Amino acid sequence: MTDHSVTLPPGEGRGIKPWIRAQMRSPLGLVLNIAMLALIVTALPPLLDWAVIRATWTGSDMNACPPEGGACWAFIGAKMRLILFGTYPYDEHWRAVIATLIVVALVLASLNPLYWTRRLAMGWVIGLAVYSVLMWGGVFGLRFVDSSAWGGLPLTVILTVFGVFFGALVAVPVALARVSRLPVFRIAAVIYVELIRGVPLISILFMASVAMPLLLPEGFSPSGLVRVIIGIVIFTAAYMAEVLRGGLQAVPKGQHEAASSLGLGYWKTQFKVVLPQAVELVLPAFVSLIIITLKGTSLVVIVAMMDLLGAAKASLADPNWVGFYVEAFAFAGAIYVAMCASISWYGRRVETKLRSTRGNG
Amino acid sequence: MADLAANAQGGARPFARLTAALSRPTTLAQVLFVLGVAALLVALTLVAQSNLERLSVKSGYGFLWEKAPFELGESLIAYKAGDTYMRAFAVGILNTLKVAALGIILSTALGLVIALGQLSPSSVVARVCRLYIETARNVPLLMQLIFWYAFLTASLPRVKQALSPVEGVYLSNRGLFLPALDFGGAGGQIGLALLAGLVMAVALMVWKLRTQARGNIAWAFWGLLLLPAIATFLLSGATVSLDLPELKGFNFRGGLAVSPEFLALLLGLTFYTAAFNAEVIRGGILGVPKGQTEAATALGLKRGQVMRLVVIPQALRIIIPPISNNFLNLTKESSLAVAIGYPELVRVANVTLAETSQSIECISIIMLVFLTISLSTSLFLNWFNARAALVTR
Repeated sequence: MTDHSVTLPPGEGRGIKPWIRAQMRSPLGLVLNIAMLALIVTALPPLLDWAVIRATWTGSDMNACPPEGGACWAFIGAKMRLILFGTYPYDEHWRAVIATLIVVALVLASLNPLYWTRRLAMGWVIGLAVYSVLMWGGVFGLRFVDSSAWGGLPLTVILTVFGVFFGALVAVPVALARVSRLPVFRIAAVIYVELIRGVPLISILFMASVAMPLLLPEGFSPSGLVRVIIGIVIFTAAYMAEVLRGGLQAVPKGQHEAASSLGLGYWKTQFKVVLPQAVELVLPAFVSLIIITLKGTSLVVIVAMMDLLGAAKASLADPNWVGFYVEAFAFAGAIYVAMCASISWYGRRVETKLRSTRGNG
Repeated sequence: MADLAANAQGGARPFARLTAALSRPTTLAQVLFVLGVAALLVALTLVAQSNLERLSVKSGYGFLWEKAPFELGESLIAYKAGDTYMRAFAVGILNTLKVAALGIILSTALGLVIALGQLSPSSVVARVCRLYIETARNVPLLMQLIFWYAFLTASLPRVKQALSPVEGVYLSNRGLFLPALDFGGAGGQIGLALLAGLVMAVALMVWKLRTQARGNIAWAFWGLLLLPAIATFLLSGATVSLDLPELKGFNFRGGLAVSPEFLALLLGLTFYTAAFNAEVIRGGILGVPKGQTEAATALGLKRGQVMRLVVIPQALRIIIPPISNNFLNLTKESSLAVAIGYPELVRVANVTLAETSQSIECISIIMLVFLTISLSTSLFLNWFNARAALVTR
């Protein structure tokens, strides 16, 4: 599409002068630019004044922050650990940090199909083992921490990672069934996908946290964390299966035929030939599903779990610090924005790299 | 072919036919799958029954006809504590539909403005719009809702110092109060007549689009839209008066009251979904090939005509499927109101669940209602896509 040998028309080059000249050519653009700049100039100073100049940066309780003053970042300073870690025991926060970093590193490696080797699978097994030891403890002299005490950012990360990981595992057979010739599997997959996609996530989380204990024999009910993860997995898998189905259908028919003519059976055709291509095709859509899942995990607040949003909410309940919800939500919101933006940035990077490696860009 | 052969033989020996069919691995797998699912369902039902007996919780939907002991904050139909649960659920469904309808209209309008801002010749406006989209999309909706609710209830002034930008409009921590038109009891009938007029007017527009009839239909459109309501108003002999909210005691009385819960939900849904809608609208406008605009200009059409007759009809074809998906998401996400206490379907179900402990029934009602909405929307979409698909030669 892009042909770099073409000389750019005058006024389209880089730099401030050509830019100004380009602005002058469109009167509407000029007017809008001036109006918007005026708006920014009027809105920015009061905002800066509140957020930086008149802000209180240190203090031990709300008396440090006068009501007529600016932002009370002292509140974030005092509540940072609570917002980040929820009810996880204060002295053990380092364990949650290390465990979460391990999982995040594994996820980053797994997003790139070029790294999909046996070693990465081993890495997941070892990583999850280390993760469990660090988070639960109870061995090697580490204090035992029940999963009901997990909270804050580590909880958000683990709900997202497990939701996406197991969701993808469930989505593969569902997507295969969805495009299968066999009517029973196809119909079952359609019912599952349409049923889940038709209802809000919160109803599935209610089902998982309130109704699941009723559907299982007494004493067999898993912990609250596991139940919520099961709910998120069931939800995410339906959306992933639908995305993956698009990829499966986009793989050219010739690939199936070539695989059959080589003598590959159904499973080998799917796993060695079709699925790898389908997954690469849907990688961008997959990355946006990860972001949707990340945002979706905030709903566990409604079923009484303390993830990043829940911990931010909980930090507002302290009678020594009343009324700093703007600061708390700005802080937690910035973390969400940073996470989502970096996932989508990384996704785009992997996509570019993949295209250049495969040599079809 | 194999089936035919098996059928021909099996006519005489049904058992042999069955075993022959079952011996094929694909058939066997399907039969085993069905049996497995059936066994799982039976097991779940048995376990659930024994658990419910142990906890002495009733089962079944009989509770819907019992009296609900709770009040609901706001309602489109008359409701008070002591009415049936059925009516409470109806209130919840109507409240869901109300906030969804308003949210869809407002988020589309705002999304259109942001999309046009991104496409505008002004690079500053485009950057600001981009920043808005990236921020609004990446902050969880639930956090936005909780933030707006905290803002509306904690940061707005109390009733005595309510903000009043215009006479008759009051904004305080008890919600928004607007002037309302009082038709002296005939309001419901006039509203229905207006709705009927709207349906007729839209039908006229669809007819005009389908038959490509010439001529200006603006007069007929507004006539059909407004005449039924005006006729009802005149026939009922109702009087019209302006109902202004007034400060009485601790709160405003009269006028149109908008609760902070509803306002927070509407603001959150609108600002969040507008970012997604803006992306869809922008994609649709950019998706119309430039050659179309150039060809239309070459034919001598003016700028507005190019937009109205050439670009928008083609862009709509691209926009409508994904934007209706966004609308569906907005409807489903209105369920997050359970966190701030707006009495929509999920909130009502949640309160009922706490009251009756019949969790499976309550959650199944939520799922059933949303499934109905989703499936009917996708049926409509399929119909629309089949109609709107480009006929190529």
